[in-house]
Amino acid sequence: MSPWRIARLVAAKDLRIERRSHIITNQVLPFAALVMVLFAFALDNDDALTRVAPGLVWMATLFSLVVLVQRTFAVEAADNALDALVVAGVRPEGIFHGKAMALAAQLAVLEAVLLAAAMVLYRVELRGEGIALLAVTFVVATLGLAFVGTLYGGLAAGAKGRETLLPLLMLPVVAPVLIGATRATEAALGTNDATPSEGWPWIGLLALFAVLFGAGGTYAFGSLLDD
Amino acid sequence: MEQVVRLSDVVAVLGGFPVLAGATLSVESGEIVLLQGPNGAGKTSLLRLCAGLLPVERGDATVLGVDLAIDRRAVRPLVGLLGHANGLYGDLTVDDNVRFWGATVGATPDEVAGAMDRMGLSGRLAPVVVNKLSAGQRRRTALACLVVRRARLWLLDEPHAGLDAAGRDDLDATLRQAAASGATVVVASHELERAGSLATRVVNVAGGQVQP
Repeated sequence: MSPWRIARLVAAKDLRIERRSHIITNQVLPFAALVMVLFAFALDNDDALTRVAPGLVWMATLFSLVVLVQRTFAVEAADNALDALVVAGVRPEGIFHGKAMALAAQLAVLEAVLLAAAMVLYRVELRGEGIALLAVTFVVATLGLAFVGTLYGGLAAGAKGRETLLPLLMLPVVAPVLIGATRATEAALGTNDATPSEGWPWIGLLALFAVLFGAGGTYAFGSLLDD
Repeated sequence: MEQVVRLSDVVAVLGGFPVLAGATLSVESGEIVLLQGPNGAGKTSLLRLCAGLLPVERGDATVLGVDLAIDRRAVRPLVGLLGHANGLYGDLTVDDNVRFWGATVGATPDEVAGAMDRMGLSGRLAPVVVNKLSAGQRRRTALACLVVRRARLWLLDEPHAGLDAAGRDDLDATLRQAAASGATVVVASHELERAGSLATRVVNVAGGQVQP
């Protein structure tokens, strides 16, 4: 069976699990919203909040990413289902892309909520000329985060203390996404007097990151699961 | 008769410890072979090696025509291994799980329904979430997933564990049916009376070696 078909099966299965368990809606989204509210309490200054809003949105996204990745691999580890997939000879590149697709879909929902929260809590305004840049930023950054999350989730899945190991391994690696996505979002929203044209070069960095980790995961995920 | 498993003086090491120390075993298609021996004898390692999960350190190991020393991953789609865990998704229903595993090998809806029927999972159990099942019902669900994958070599580690009397009878009937239709079954079990009556041959494993 082709890796693409396996990917679709795995992604559909992961999303079905989330639909049944309501972990995203009942736990991850409230957690992300709580982080945004706490940022607002901590800074307690409207001008400062508006200025740093893009960074806060992506910080909250990264914190929530850790929770999402832990959840998606906890589901696999609970009854050794990931091992069973390996034993069954299911193509690991298909598993990698399937889990990344499901993770990207969940991240997309999360980011939409965070952006809406930023508009309400931090008084951020969308500008017509920045919409395209904002959309591309969210798509490319989400793909990069999904690939990294899946790769490092797989890496930590078999390790002792994986809950604490995962953020330690993953957060430093996603620093380029935090920087690139924050700068591009600032340009799209016009915070700190940035203009949309200043944001497009950051898209290149985000795209390069997504391609590197997408290719790396496709190549390495099988070996990670085997070990 | 096709030789499905052919191990000759196989050594396998796990974490620096030799788990198989010169194992020699031959299994032909249609056989139901019982591996018996004390804890730590190497039964599970033997199953995992045949499933392509344990690298061959030394010796010759061929399973379903695949030389495990050259490419042990190639044998995995051909075998079905059911270990101590069931490999199920607890938040999905019985039906979801069997359909998912069937879909990984392109099984038809009829094959999925047939596998569930065979393990007594059709009807009221099909829409039940796996987390709400008893241990025996979970085991039966895992076996249905194995059935639907159409494995040619079944490797089962303590398959009767957690099953009630009806579940055990269903399992034995399923294994006999699988063997009759050309599949080969290797079972590691401590329940010698139950598994012994099922097996066409009993093999002793001790100290990482297979004894005739």
